[in-house]
Amino acid sequence: MKRLGLIILAAAVVIAAAVAVFLFKPASLPDVSVAQAALPTGQALIDRGEYLARAADCVACHTTSGGKPYAGGLAFKLPFGTLYAPNITSDKETGIGDWSDAEFVRALHQGIDRQGHNLYPAFPYAAYARMTTEDALAIKAYLFSLPAVHADAPKNDLIFPFNQRYIMRFWNLLFVPGGALQPTASESAEWNRGAYLVEAMAHCGECHTPRNVFYALDSGKTFAGAELQGWKAYNISSDKRTGIGNWTDEQLFDYLSKGHAEGRGSPTGSMGEAVDYSLRHLTPEDIKAIVAYVKTVPPQVSSDQAIVEAEPATLKASIAYAPSGDAAAQGGLGLKLFQGACASCHGWNGEGLQTPYAALRGSRTVNDPDGTNLIQVILKGAHMTTATGAQAMPAFANAYSNVEIAALGNYVLAHFGGRQSAITPADVAKARTQ
Amino acid sequence: MIALNVNGEDRSVDVPEDMPLLWVLRDVIGLTGTKFGCGIAQCGACTVQLDGQPVRSCVLPVASVGTRRVTTVEAIGATAGGKKVQQAWLDLEVIQCGYCQSGQIMSASALLERNPDPSDSDIDAAMSGNICRCGTYTRIRAAIKQAAKA
Amino acid sequence: MSKPFSSPKTGPSPQTGASRRAFLQGGGLLLGFALLGAGVKPTLAATDPVAGDVTAAFSPDAFIRIGTDGKITLILPNIEMGQGTHTGEATLIAEELEVGLDQVSVVDAPPNDKLYATAALGGQATGGSTSMRATWESLRKAGATARMMLVAAAAAQWSVPASECGAKLGVVTHQPTGRQLAYGALADAAGKQAVPTDVKLKDPSDFELIGKSLRRVDTAGKVNGAVIYGIDVRVPDMKVATVSACPVLGGTLQDVDEKAARAIPGVRDIVRLPNAVAVIGDHFWAAKKGLEALDITWNDGANAKLGSADIMAALKTASEHKTPIMARKEGDVEGRLKAASKTVEAIYQLPFLAHAPMEPINCVVHVRADECEIWVGTQVPTQAQAGAAQVTGFPLDKIIVHNHLIGGGFGRRLVAESVAQAVAIAKQVSYPVKVIWTREEDIQHDLYRPAYYDRISAGLGPDGLPTVWIDHVAGGSVLGNYIPGGWPDDKLDDDAVEGAVKPPYDLPVIQVDWVRQDPPVPITWWRGVGSTHNVFVVESFMDELADAAGKDPVEYRRALTKNQPRAAGVLELVAEKSGWGTPLPAGSGRGIALHDAFGSYMAAVLEISVSSAGEITLHRAVVAVDCGIAINPNTVEAQIEGGLIFGLSAALYSGITFTNGRVDQSNFHDYRILRNNEAPKIEVYHVKSLESPGGIGETATVSAAPVLANAIFAATGKRLRSLPFDRNQLKSDGADKTSVSMMPPLSVPVLAALATSGETGESEPEAA
Ligand code: FES
Ligand code: FES
Repeated sequence: MKRLGLIILAAAVVIAAAVAVFLFKPASLPDVSVAQAALPTGQALIDRGEYLARAADCVACHTTSGGKPYAGGLAFKLPFGTLYAPNITSDKETGIGDWSDAEFVRALHQGIDRQGHNLYPAFPYAAYARMTTEDALAIKAYLFSLPAVHADAPKNDLIFPFNQRYIMRFWNLLFVPGGALQPTASESAEWNRGAYLVEAMAHCGECHTPRNVFYALDSGKTFAGAELQGWKAYNISSDKRTGIGNWTDEQLFDYLSKGHAEGRGSPTGSMGEAVDYSLRHLTPEDIKAIVAYVKTVPPQVSSDQAIVEAEPATLKASIAYAPSGDAAAQGGLGLKLFQGACASCHGWNGEGLQTPYAALRGSRTVNDPDGTNLIQVILKGAHMTTATGAQAMPAFANAYSNVEIAALGNYVLAHFGGRQSAITPADVAKARTQ
Repeated sequence: MIALNVNGEDRSVDVPEDMPLLWVLRDVIGLTGTKFGCGIAQCGACTVQLDGQPVRSCVLPVASVGTRRVTTVEAIGATAGGKKVQQAWLDLEVIQCGYCQSGQIMSASALLERNPDPSDSDIDAAMSGNICRCGTYTRIRAAIKQAAKA
Repeated sequence: MSKPFSSPKTGPSPQTGASRRAFLQGGGLLLGFALLGAGVKPTLAATDPVAGDVTAAFSPDAFIRIGTDGKITLILPNIEMGQGTHTGEATLIAEELEVGLDQVSVVDAPPNDKLYATAALGGQATGGSTSMRATWESLRKAGATARMMLVAAAAAQWSVPASECGAKLGVVTHQPTGRQLAYGALADAAGKQAVPTDVKLKDPSDFELIGKSLRRVDTAGKVNGAVIYGIDVRVPDMKVATVSACPVLGGTLQDVDEKAARAIPGVRDIVRLPNAVAVIGDHFWAAKKGLEALDITWNDGANAKLGSADIMAALKTASEHKTPIMARKEGDVEGRLKAASKTVEAIYQLPFLAHAPMEPINCVVHVRADECEIWVGTQVPTQAQAGAAQVTGFPLDKIIVHNHLIGGGFGRRLVAESVAQAVAIAKQVSYPVKVIWTREEDIQHDLYRPAYYDRISAGLGPDGLPTVWIDHVAGGSVLGNYIPGGWPDDKLDDDAVEGAVKPPYDLPVIQVDWVRQDPPVPITWWRGVGSTHNVFVVESFMDELADAAGKDPVEYRRALTKNQPRAAGVLELVAEKSGWGTPLPAGSGRGIALHDAFGSYMAAVLEISVSSAGEITLHRAVVAVDCGIAINPNTVEAQIEGGLIFGLSAALYSGITFTNGRVDQSNFHDYRILRNNEAPKIEVYHVKSLESPGGIGETATVSAAPVLANAIFAATGKRLRSLPFDRNQLKSDGADKTSVSMMPPLSVPVLAALATSGETGESEPEAA
């Protein structure tokens, strides 16, 4: 018995030691010299980095509204607390001005900061892990070519045990791929380029793929749609009904590159930002590559009801600047609000009276009986830079009550989506906090 | 150079493509009847008609006008509906400061053009995007009805 | 301070000079101007030339010009901003001049305090609903004087006594012989006549224009875009600027990086001011894009952390602990309070309000080497002129101000600070500049109607009527903000208690005092001035007392207006016309409010309904008004309709709030204005009166919030004491969890009829 006890004790000590080594051993730095040698220098490198930084959409998370680009500070409200994006300008004190190339690459590929601390995967390093070292270095060169901004991001506010950074090492072991994405020989160059852009750079799955219990992407449900920070990232798998299987290549191309597709509406929220800051800056070839790849992602049937079925009768009976007489006579708070604050841009027939960007016909947002994104966009507004200048919708959160926004949401879903919905003021109250 | 047809006249203007039609009309062409109130399509002061359809010129990039014919308050009196609206506006003394009224008249005449006998709910749908800070709403409603009968 | 209106039994004779201040109720606004313009009186000297304006053969005074061609031009001292002043003033002159309104054209007076001061305001200004009251005598007298000179000229030509001649529609007729001469033909000779000293005005029973709803003189050009507001002015070589002042109130400009802005096509110049930066471009769009591209660093200054809650908390503390300034104390207040069989007390809170007139702030300025020319719509042309003189260092006579129609004033343009700013911008460039504020700038850099925290209480006698009334007002001093050099700390600002000091009720034992607590943000008058604030408190509380006494609100007021005949008059009329007491559907309610402001008495009844979700629908407003002689009854009605809607907007939606020293609201999406589909039906009824005209431009705004508060109480039993009304408080239990405003069941058959077979079946709503 005593022997056995000793063996167990010894084993425990060994395991504990191994775990301790695993958890607390200083992270080593990758060798980046080969990649460094392969890169151009000067402006050519910076230009390449700029394009890639856009493709990876770094600015969206590392900038607050009204703040300086890449100066950080944006809050991420997660179930276990709030994270703040750090300053990634070249400021030596508050930014990453002191970081070496190897340290930068390690951060992107492994989620480890300069001091060797683990970062949290709100920073999508599980995706960036698949980026080539060359591309990572080009991004760094671009960031370092920008003006340094002195700005301290607020401290993270996480509950225990999530405030213990070392536990991320277990997570990394399970969920972070090692090495850049390798081309699939059986697919075209276009498809492979698309795969690289989608998986390693644009990190689409970070929003569109549901998460498992470890808060990692559920690899069995790629692009099946998910909800985060109060917004729905819709199913973008190739399922015809609940995904984008029914979208034409042209619609996908327009949606991603222009922020609007005929018969599909316009993205808002984070997707609107993704288009505005990132996708619309990509070359048409790259957008086509993304479309080619995304269309081959296997269908995932989601239970989400944000499904565009048919054009409702209410829309067909309306003209751009007037609802059908019957619809107008229905009355109700939602209609009243739409008449006052919305109709002059959106129009009544779903085509967008003022601009195609205000078109609502066919948009999933006005076909989702949950009204999740609809409520958010009414509360927070929308903004999109287009070829003919900025398009914006004001944020109505401040002057309109929960009752009003719920009523407006229900009206819009009925009129533009033919959906019977049941948004309540409490739903709106909750959306305000997200 | 961007080509425009304003009040029946062909013009070409040398302005940025994203410049809203409102400022092209006011600051370049010199038609100041169309007013600036909010710049975010919330007040209707800047309403003009494109092929008879009321639009908010403050958020309408001039390049997106294309071949559609622009009608402003300066020329709305030349249309049968516009003339009736103007007359009803004067007969019922709708106007106070008048600043919103260019837009009100453009919205109202577009309404009458497509709907010669608007009901109260039709008026609600067509006119609620036009704010009047002086509060002339009750008279606007009455004047539209009078113009419809004229 | 405001003295009671003269007894209604005095009859039609107009008030005279000595009591003019009292007659012209208007509290602090009047006083403010009186202090600014100290002692300037309008004159009617025939010889005074009016610089830079209309000249004509016959120029008997500052207001009337008649040319030999027969053209009659009236130079009107008060600015038109929608309230109908031009029509009203032209009517006064035309009545006595014996011309038709369609025979005259009108122009705005140039800045000239000596000639065009509004007597009550002591300077050339338009505000406080004073225009018609202040000019009621003087303009009629001007018309009569000119007519007498024209008649005298004709009589001289015909060598007949003037008494045999009469004037009508711009023609003098020698009655015995029927000979006629038109005014144009008499213009030269009339100019040479002596100015009569004994001028007799018409008896009201002989009025031919006054009291008729004549067509407005300012509207023809407003239906076709022909009218030129300040914002429409275009002068040769003009550029357009837009400006951004430090978003934190009281902050200053530290630094601007102009690089990106300079790269924008059409951007001409970037101009720095101590607290603002402006971009000048070929057109507004270039200026706006340039402004957006600037990278500006501000010095936030002392208000960097200021929030609305701090301001309200400071008001509350001040109200409870500071020594008030007594505005009125009559009777044994303390004794009565002790003896009362019941006491009622309440606290009311009011927010800051922005004016948000439809025409955003703008001003065209050309500063030349030795003079400055300004085109602007202003309520205070001489102040604009003085401000420009200060900025440029030029003498007053080198500042040329062209006044323009205003697209809504509401008090905003009683302040000319934006003119001074525009001059400071234009001073830095050689060409003329039109400065236009964006709507965001307009809302965030207004001078606001102050916030207030008022404690009010009353003791009731056994009959339920108040035996003592105590109103403690706390808020900033508008006068203190308005008068350069401020307002003494220990002196009452009439504006703060206007509408509270003398409610139109029999309240013999009364105390009204004011605690001054100036907010750290700029404040000024807002449509309805002091009365909009105080009457909300007084009339809401009056309803609370009626409720405490278990009496009907109209009945209760009736009992308190036994010695207030004009108040009682409008109260009875509104009760009758509104069908007071007749049943309403469930969820609906009728409120009443009664007040006396600007020399007019008004009672209003509002019918509303409140949904279970707490949403308010305005159905019908009935207003009875006694504004003395209604110079133009139709304009009176229009002002009541508009004023009521203006006030209802504020009561339902408006309030300016601050976070970190910045205004939270920015444009019409978050500073909401009542829209066409929300406006109630409005009926206006006149109490016939021969009193001198009262002000009307702001009167109905005063009624709006109290009548709505009282209607809400009638509909829901809930008393809301803070503005804007928080509709959350009106919800029934559980309403939050219920979906609101679904398509009503009625829509199902409608949709079914519209549906094309099969296609939409699946997504059709089910019957609710
Ligand atoms: S200025 Fe265009 S809608 Fe207000
Ligand atoms: S008339 Fe003044 S804003 Fe409408």
